[in-house]
Amino acid sequence: MLSLTWLVPTFPLIGSIINGFWGLKIGKDNVGKVACGSVILSFITTVLILFGLIGLPAENRIYEQVMFDWIVAGDFAVQWAYQVDPLSMVMMLVITGVGSLIHIFSIGYMKEEYSYYRYFAYLNLFMFAMLILVMGSNFLLMFIGWEGVGCCSYFLIGYYFDKQSACDAATKAFIVNRVGDFAFLLAVMFIFYIFGTIDYTEVFAAAPHKLIYDGEIAIIITGFLFLGATGKSAQIPLYTWLPDAMEGPTPVSALIHAATMVTAGVYLVVRCNILFMMAPMTMMAVAFVGGGTALLAATIGMTQWDIKRVLAYSTVSQIGYMFLGCGVGAFTAAIFHLITHAFFKACLFLGSGSVIHGMHHEQDIRKMGGLKKHFPKTYFTFLVSTLAIAGIFPLSGFFSKDEILLHSLIDGNIFLWGMGITGALLTAFYMFRLVFLTFHGESRVDPDVHPHESPDIMTRPLMILATLAAVGGMLGIPLIHGWHVLHNWLEPVLFIDWQTIVTNSTRMMEEHGHVAHLSHLLHHKEHPDAGLEVALMFLSVGVAITGIVGAYLCYIKYPKLPETLTDGQWGYEIVKNKYMVDEIYDETIVKPVVQGSRLLWKEADAKAIDGTVNGVAQIIGWCSKQAKQFQSGYVRNYALSMIIGFAILLLVVF
Amino acid sequence: MVPLSHYLIVSAILFFIGVLGVLLRRNVIVVFMSIEIMLNAVNLSLIGFDRFLNQHDGQVFSFMVMAVAAAEVSVGLAIIISIFRKKPTINLDEFNIMKW
Repeated sequence: MLSLTWLVPTFPLIGSIINGFWGLKIGKDNVGKVACGSVILSFITTVLILFGLIGLPAENRIYEQVMFDWIVAGDFAVQWAYQVDPLSMVMMLVITGVGSLIHIFSIGYMKEEYSYYRYFAYLNLFMFAMLILVMGSNFLLMFIGWEGVGCCSYFLIGYYFDKQSACDAATKAFIVNRVGDFAFLLAVMFIFYIFGTIDYTEVFAAAPHKLIYDGEIAIIITGFLFLGATGKSAQIPLYTWLPDAMEGPTPVSALIHAATMVTAGVYLVVRCNILFMMAPMTMMAVAFVGGGTALLAATIGMTQWDIKRVLAYSTVSQIGYMFLGCGVGAFTAAIFHLITHAFFKACLFLGSGSVIHGMHHEQDIRKMGGLKKHFPKTYFTFLVSTLAIAGIFPLSGFFSKDEILLHSLIDGNIFLWGMGITGALLTAFYMFRLVFLTFHGESRVDPDVHPHESPDIMTRPLMILATLAAVGGMLGIPLIHGWHVLHNWLEPVLFIDWQTIVTNSTRMMEEHGHVAHLSHLLHHKEHPDAGLEVALMFLSVGVAITGIVGAYLCYIKYPKLPETLTDGQWGYEIVKNKYMVDEIYDETIVKPVVQGSRLLWKEADAKAIDGTVNGVAQIIGWCSKQAKQFQSGYVRNYALSMIIGFAILLLVVF
Repeated sequence: MVPLSHYLIVSAILFFIGVLGVLLRRNVIVVFMSIEIMLNAVNLSLIGFDRFLNQHDGQVFSFMVMAVAAAEVSVGLAIIISIFRKKPTINLDEFNIMKW
């Protein structure tokens, strides 16, 4: 079973090649079949591999398949190799599973598009790159996937390339991502410099021996890795591209900008968990950035009127939760939330896609309302996913978010927990604001628009995703005073040999003349108090219900209330304008860079560099003009110069 | 017995006549003849050295020069005839188009 690994990314690649080169020739029906077929095949292969992996004993659950030697240069050797272990298995299942459903949904959603084949070619190429990202067995292969998904994201955000806003959004996403990518590349170089290899297994095995706990090198490497993660996963300070990325087709937002690509940063942090665990300072930064993003994006989400932008800020906020989980060392909780988030957020995005499709590309929720009767299936699935993201028992979001909040309190501190729980309150509020404004209340639909429910090919994936969003929490039902299925599954990846770390770090620190106090790391963390755990569960459900009731009061019971509350409030205006972050970045970074570049272009390039080159050419031209006077065309002149030359030669020799 | 210096002086005089002819005359045919004079001036000095050193390399060289001169005459005359067809003059100053 495990030897099938190489097929998983190969199927989408083949699909992409077929659709990209012969898409127009084979017709729309076949394009859809090839695209969906390739991803579904890859999902089936993934499931087979899963069975193969389960068959192995827990501590041996790592399988590496070397395809070929990729780069060999002196000491530096990189293989094109796939690594399947519990962590990449989880990611592969989410990517191919959710990816298949979104591909199927796309057949219905994109039906009227002319460049149908282009869309599916990019979407399949994205699947390939994303699978390379999670399956690669070294940092460079991950980087290839990392760049590949960024590139496909750029193509798909700019899918409607005749629209200026879409082109701008695509460029913005690409450039903002570059900042993060650069940091990631620096981190990979540092890793090679320190460890002499970039293979996961070797780096992570050598980490306890070569890094000092809380040392500068560990902090630098993890800091750059995390900066890379903030770019791809839309965290402070690089989150601004994601809301604009909503210019792409809605299934793209569901697949790339909600379920898979934006969680690559979380995967990166969890993959390098041992490096991060050795850099507690970075961990603290991760936790605070995650918590801060969760809170900030949630506040912006409350004020947006575009159905997709609300969901985009919600995605930023939920990924913030995942980083909060990573930052306090609850990697399992982060991955758990990644999975449940993929389910419910994909469902929400596809649901919004279904609404947009049925409303003939209307995205403003002020022009919706009362759509419940027009979209019965979409409404139901949307509601289930909204309840899940709000954290209502017993849907999936409840378990995953609760686990993160619990860990942020017991492994982190009260501030992190406070940010998290406030974010949870706001999440429930803005998500139900969205539901109430879209599906409930008076209809504010344009009289020319006739809303209609989407065809089965679109609603069926919604139902499957809603079911998953409802029951996905079963993976991680917290067994009080014990751990759950997902935790046991990920255990081998997350194992850290604290004894070695403490021994080596102590020795190395003493060699440098420092005194080490690391023995506290060896104490086993106690399981949380059951009473606290239950109390927190009740509290988070209470918070979610408060948010829902608040939204109900504001948008159903007293529809005038929000206006009276916010009218003329400067605070509201700031939040509504997204804290002016885009404007601040524009003034402080974009404009100086553009002006600097313009200066370099006009002065340095056009004048200095071009001037030098043209000047040299002109001087040579002038010299030649002078020299050509000698070539008079008169034979006797040449004869004279020959004779003079000969005479000079004679004078010199004798 | 005529000493070597006499041969060489005659040869040098002939050579200078040739040089001056090449530099000063405008008639292509005369310039051409002046080149022949220069070649034969060299032949004369070669023969002079041949006698003086009592070796026969000089004669071999002068035969070589004669053969080359014969070839050169045929090529040169062909060129002169073909340019005369383009432009009915044999004034060398009229031919200055072979330049940039």
